[in-house]
Amino acid sequence: MSAGNQDQLFEKQERIYPKRVQGKLRNLKWFIMVITLGIYYLTPFIRWDRGPNAPDQAVLIDLERGRAYWFWIEIWPQEIYILTGILILAAIGLFFVTSLLGRVWCGYFCFQTVWTDLFVWVERLVQGDRVKRKRLREGPWTFEKMYKLAITHTIWLAIAWWTAGSFVLYFNDAPALVMSFFRFDVSPTVLGFMIGLTFSTYLMAGFAREQVCNFMCPYARFQSAMFDKDTLIIGYDESRGEARGKHKKGDDWEGRGHCIDCSACVKVCPAGIDIRDGLQMECIACGLCVDACNNIMEKVDLPKGLIRYDTENRLDALKAGKQPPKLRIVRPRTIYYTLILSVVGSVMLYGLIKRAPLDMSVLHDRNPIFVKLSDGSFRNGYDIKILNKTYEDKTYALTVEGIENAEITVKSAGDIAADELFVPADSVGSYHILIQAPVKAAEPRAVILSLDDKASEIKDSYKSIFVTQRN
Amino acid sequence: MTKNKTQPKKDIKKDVDGLSGIETTGHDWDGLKELNNPLPRWWLWVWFVTIIWSIAYFVLYPAWPTITNATKGTLGYTQYKELKDSQDEIEMRQAAYLERFEKASFEDVMNDPELYAFASAGGRTAFMDNCATCHGTGATGFEGYPNLQDDAWLWGGSIDEIYTTLKHGIRWDGDDDTRVSLMPAFGQDGILTRDEIKSVVHYVMSLSDKSIHADVAGQTIFMENCAACHADDGKGLTDMGAPDLSDAIWLYGGDEHKLYETVYYARAGVMPAWQHRLDENTLRQISVYVHQLGGGE
Repeated sequence: MSAGNQDQLFEKQERIYPKRVQGKLRNLKWFIMVITLGIYYLTPFIRWDRGPNAPDQAVLIDLERGRAYWFWIEIWPQEIYILTGILILAAIGLFFVTSLLGRVWCGYFCFQTVWTDLFVWVERLVQGDRVKRKRLREGPWTFEKMYKLAITHTIWLAIAWWTAGSFVLYFNDAPALVMSFFRFDVSPTVLGFMIGLTFSTYLMAGFAREQVCNFMCPYARFQSAMFDKDTLIIGYDESRGEARGKHKKGDDWEGRGHCIDCSACVKVCPAGIDIRDGLQMECIACGLCVDACNNIMEKVDLPKGLIRYDTENRLDALKAGKQPPKLRIVRPRTIYYTLILSVVGSVMLYGLIKRAPLDMSVLHDRNPIFVKLSDGSFRNGYDIKILNKTYEDKTYALTVEGIENAEITVKSAGDIAADELFVPADSVGSYHILIQAPVKAAEPRAVILSLDDKASEIKDSYKSIFVTQRN
Repeated sequence: MTKNKTQPKKDIKKDVDGLSGIETTGHDWDGLKELNNPLPRWWLWVWFVTIIWSIAYFVLYPAWPTITNATKGTLGYTQYKELKDSQDEIEMRQAAYLERFEKASFEDVMNDPELYAFASAGGRTAFMDNCATCHGTGATGFEGYPNLQDDAWLWGGSIDEIYTTLKHGIRWDGDDDTRVSLMPAFGQDGILTRDEIKSVVHYVMSLSDKSIHADVAGQTIFMENCAACHADDGKGLTDMGAPDLSDAIWLYGGDEHKLYETVYYARAGVMPAWQHRLDENTLRQISVYVHQLGGGE
C-alpha cells in the first residue's frame, strides 16, 4: 500500500435527487401506485359476513382465535400449508415474471419502490424539483429550509403512521380498532407494532431508499439466477447511441451516435446510476430513463427507443452489426416455471375444494396402550378431536367399526352418550373415549372410528387400532 | 452487473482491477488482489447504535461479572424473579378454580366441565409426582401394586372410597383410620397342610377358568377358611379389602405357583396415608383423576 493511497473503509452515501419525468411508463407507475396502495389501505375495511362468532372482515389474520380469512377461504391453524402454498406460488410467479420481463416487480410493484416513489413525490411537492431540492438541502439553514423540511417530514411521518396502522388492521377487526384509536384505548401490542412499523417505513422510504435494494434486499442479489440473455431489461442501444456527444440544433447526425449526452436518463434515475454503462445490479428497471430519453429524442426529431426494454441478446447482436434475433418467450426456463406454477396451483386448488366442514383426528392412548378388565374383556383409550368448521353448533354420533360388540364410553363431566358429542360452532371439541370389547388377546386390530353429523350428510372417519396384548 | 459506483479519485494514483474496473486495496497475495468495495457509511452508524444499545443493556440488566457475583442492573431483573412472577400468575389463575373446587362436592365436580377438567389436570400432576412410583405413570401398576385403570378394586372404586383409601392409606401404621385386614399365612402358620393348600388353589383357579375341574375337598376348605372374607362365590368383599378371586385380574399372579405362594405366606400390601403429606385439595384432585381413568364406579 503506497503512501497517500488511503483506503476508504466506509463510503458516504451520495444523496439522490430524482428529477421529475413525464411519459408512458411514468403514467403506468402512477397508475400501479394508486391501485396497489389502494388495495393495501382499503382492503381491511371490506366486510364479509362470517356469522356471530368472528369479525365480519374479508381479509383477516385472526391470531387470537387462530383463523385466517380471505373472502370465501377460511384457514385453520393446521391448514397453514395453504399460506405456504400461496408464498410458493408468489415466489415462483415472481421468478417466472422476472425471467420473462426482468425486474418488473422491483420497478413497479415492490413496496420499497412504491413507498419511495410516494415519498419522493411528497418531497417534490414541498421542496420543488431536483435542482431546487439539491440547493435547499446543500444550502445554509434558512427559515425556508427549516419549514420545508419540517413539512416534508411531517407528511412522511403521517404516511408512515397510516401505513403502519393499515398493517395492524389486517390482524384486527378494522372498524373496531379504528374506533378504539379515537377512544385512546389501544393495546400496547398494537401500539408497539405501529410505532415500529411507522419508524421502519419512515426510515426505509424517506432515507434508506435505494440502499435497501443495494444492500438489504436478497432478491436484488439472486435475481441474476433467473436472468438469461433473452430476459427483457432496460437497455441502452449502444450501436445507435455511440459515439455520444453534445448536439446543437441543425447539426448533422452523420458520423456520430444519437446520444446527445444530456444526462436526462441519469437525472431521473432513483438508483442514481447511468444506464448507458450497461446492465447493473442497482438498476430496478423502473423505466423512468426510458421516458426521459424518449422525451429528448422527440425534441431532437429522432426515433424513440434509444433506451428501451430489450434483451441482451438483441442488443449484443446490434452492437456486433448483426440482425437482432426475435424475442424468445418459450424457453426452458419459462417452461419449467410454468410447470411448477401449475402443479402447486393444482395441489392447492384440490386442497381447497376437498376441504371438509368436519375434520376428526384420533390419538390412541400410549400409556396404557390397553387395559384388561375383570371380566376378561379389553379396553383401549383414545383422544379424539373434532373440528367443527361450520358456523352452527353440531352434535355428532361416534361409532366404531372393525371390532365386535364394542362399547364406547365418553370420559367427561356428566354423562355423555357416544352418539351425542357436542361441538360448538367454529371450534374444536376434545373428548377422551374408552372402547371396551369382549375379545381374545391378539395382534392389534384395525378399527375405524366414524363421526356422523346427525342433522346433515356431513361425515368423517379415522383409522386407528385396538390393542389387546403386549408385543 | 457487478460494476460498482466507486470511482478512483483522479489525483491519487490507484491500482484499478482491469476486469471489474474496481480499485483494489493494494493487498497482493501471489497475484490475487483484493477489490476495494467499501461498506456504506450508514452501516457504521448501525454499528454505533448497537454499541449504544449494549451499554444501555449493561446498565439495565445484570451483565458484568465480578469475582463472586455480577453487577445487578438497575432494573433488578433476575431469572429467579421471573420464575416467581410466572408461578404467582399461575397460582392466581388457579385460585379462581380452587375456590370453587373447595366448595364443590365430588358430585358437583363430576358434572361441571370446568371443575372436572381442572381437577383431572391437577390430579394428574400430583399423581405423577406421588403415586406413579408404585402405580406406574400409566396407573397400570405392577405385580403387588394394583392397576388403577381396570374395574377391579380391593377397597372400592367409588370416588368416596378412592378418597378414603388415599387419605388414610392401607395398613399404614401412622394413621388410626387406615384400612386394615389381615390374610392368615395358611401354610406358614400351619393352618393348612401343603396338600390342602394345593387343593384349595385348584378350587380358586376353577372359579375363573371353567376348564379346570376342582374336587369337593378344595371347595370345602375354601368355605371353611376363605369364604369369610372372599365370600362364598369367591367374589370378594371390598369392606375387607378381599379381592374377587373369580375374575380375570390377579394382583400377585394367577398361576398355580403364585397362588400357592399367596395362600402359604399370605399377602398384605401397604400404601401410605397421604393426608399427612398432601393437602385436602390435592387429595380430592387425585381422587377425581384416578376415578376418571376408566375403572371408577
